[in-house]
Amino acid sequence: MNKSVIRESGSDRAFTIVNYVVLSIVLIAVLYPLVYVVSASFSSSYAVLSGKVWLWPVDPSLDGYKAVFKNKNILTGFQNTVLYTLAGTLLNVIMTILAAYPMSRGDFRGRHGFMLIFVFTMMFSGGLIPTYFVVKDLHMIDTVWAMLVPTALSVWNVIIMRTYFQTTIPHELLEASQLDGCNDFRFLLRIVIPLSGPIIAVIALFYAVGHWNQYFNAMIYLKDPHLYPLQLILRDILVQNEVKIDMLGDVKSAAARQGLRELLKYSLIVVSSVPLLLIYPFVQKFFVKGVMIGSIKG
Amino acid sequence: MYALFALPLLYIIVFKYVPMFGSVIAFKQFTVTKGMFGSPWVGFAHFERFFNSYEFWRLLRNTLSISFYTLVASFPFPILLALGLNYVKNERFKKTVQMITYAPYFISLVVVVGLLFQFLDPRTGIVNAILGWFGVDAINFMGKASMFQSIYVWSHVWQNVGFACIIYLAALAGIDPSLHEAAVMDGANKIQRMRHIDIPGIMPIAVILLILNTGQIMETGFEKILIMQNALNLRSSEVIDTYVYKVGLVSQALNFSYATAIGLFKAAIGFILLIAVNQTAKKVGQESLW
Repeated sequence: MNKSVIRESGSDRAFTIVNYVVLSIVLIAVLYPLVYVVSASFSSSYAVLSGKVWLWPVDPSLDGYKAVFKNKNILTGFQNTVLYTLAGTLLNVIMTILAAYPMSRGDFRGRHGFMLIFVFTMMFSGGLIPTYFVVKDLHMIDTVWAMLVPTALSVWNVIIMRTYFQTTIPHELLEASQLDGCNDFRFLLRIVIPLSGPIIAVIALFYAVGHWNQYFNAMIYLKDPHLYPLQLILRDILVQNEVKIDMLGDVKSAAARQGLRELLKYSLIVVSSVPLLLIYPFVQKFFVKGVMIGSIKG
Repeated sequence: MYALFALPLLYIIVFKYVPMFGSVIAFKQFTVTKGMFGSPWVGFAHFERFFNSYEFWRLLRNTLSISFYTLVASFPFPILLALGLNYVKNERFKKTVQMITYAPYFISLVVVVGLLFQFLDPRTGIVNAILGWFGVDAINFMGKASMFQSIYVWSHVWQNVGFACIIYLAALAGIDPSLHEAAVMDGANKIQRMRHIDIPGIMPIAVILLILNTGQIMETGFEKILIMQNALNLRSSEVIDTYVYKVGLVSQALNFSYATAIGLFKAAIGFILLIAVNQTAKKVGQESLW
């Protein structure tokens, strides 16, 4: 008989080594830009500008962060984004449950027809201009509603949630509660939702990521700068390079201003990305489940 | 139950189906004062104008080439990553790689593009600093039309590879371990096991994802392209979606009907493609979406 532990053959060991090396390269390739940004944001503006930073912070300083937190536009944008994300995600989750639950029930008449109506919108759409006119005709332009209502529901997430309800809520539970005189609404509220914690967390995260990163709707529907979400302000600063002089405080020389301008960008990238990166490890363990359910066609 | 369902249904009708009917303005000469119903019909005039315009071929070529490039480049990497991770015994290393590779998925497009601009900046960017060490002159990456598509596609791969790999990892975890045990008994090495057990095991999912992605081929990453665009790279970065946005919402002479017609053309092609790909997959005897 063989020994209980089978030793790796030569080719397997070579495979293992190559595998670890390749994965380490992938790891570094993904990680390096992130580390660089964080390091640059904590360095002095001179070090960033002269290319001295390549891995760890050089001449540590918090100037970039000071500039970020002194800026009114950025703070307003941050507040708006938090508001849009919280309110929007809440609305999304409620709408998704309301759509998914009835369609998960075998005794809901016409559910196949409704499903078809929903799924068709994933494959064909009226396009940008007609959608813009709908929002305009509803007088949502330049209001908070434009950031919440047009994206109230994603059919993809409805399908995921419906599949989850179908596979995890036993039909007998419904029958038992109906015998006890429970109506559909109470059953949904008291039984279905408490049993669906993991999937609600995943769906909520998907929606929240979407709201947090949303810039396009804000760009076409909002004109009032007081309503601008963070991403739109980020776009102006990071992409269009519109760093106003007054953002940089009382820095005098042109060179120092140029340095602080670059530093401000790195700090801004960190500040705007950290909230989501902090949340996701907590929801991560549910991901695989959520993504897998999504892949099962219904 | 119908009361519960009313709100989502209303949403779908108002925000999805009303725009679909609203796209009849593609066949009209729409003016805001006359409204959707009052504007005169012009048939396919806007479509003809688009097909005959000098923009047409460039837009179509850019849209298709960016899409195909993205499709080809972003399809294999998550699979390779998952296959590699699957053979990692050290749990901590595996978890670390997963955690780190997911992270970029949560960074917003604006920030990713901001990162690209910072790294590729001809004066202050780190990429040109590194090239400088090797004696290469600074390159204005974002200003080169020839580089736009590669920058777009590879930053897309960087951002999405980890997240896309989740699904393959889950599929690999679902493969019956006894298959591997039997193969080891028969003296198969890891590469043989990968070829004959793992790859067939994840094929169905891979095919479904490929169909889905191919169906989305006309849906180029519009929002990202829009913010990456500048006057210098426009030649290879203007796609149908960005053009529709400009003609319909930001240009000096807004033309709603013309923009809607172009958008409708794109939606129709995408729809036909999705159906065609699905039918092909069905014929080949593999998975299909419906």
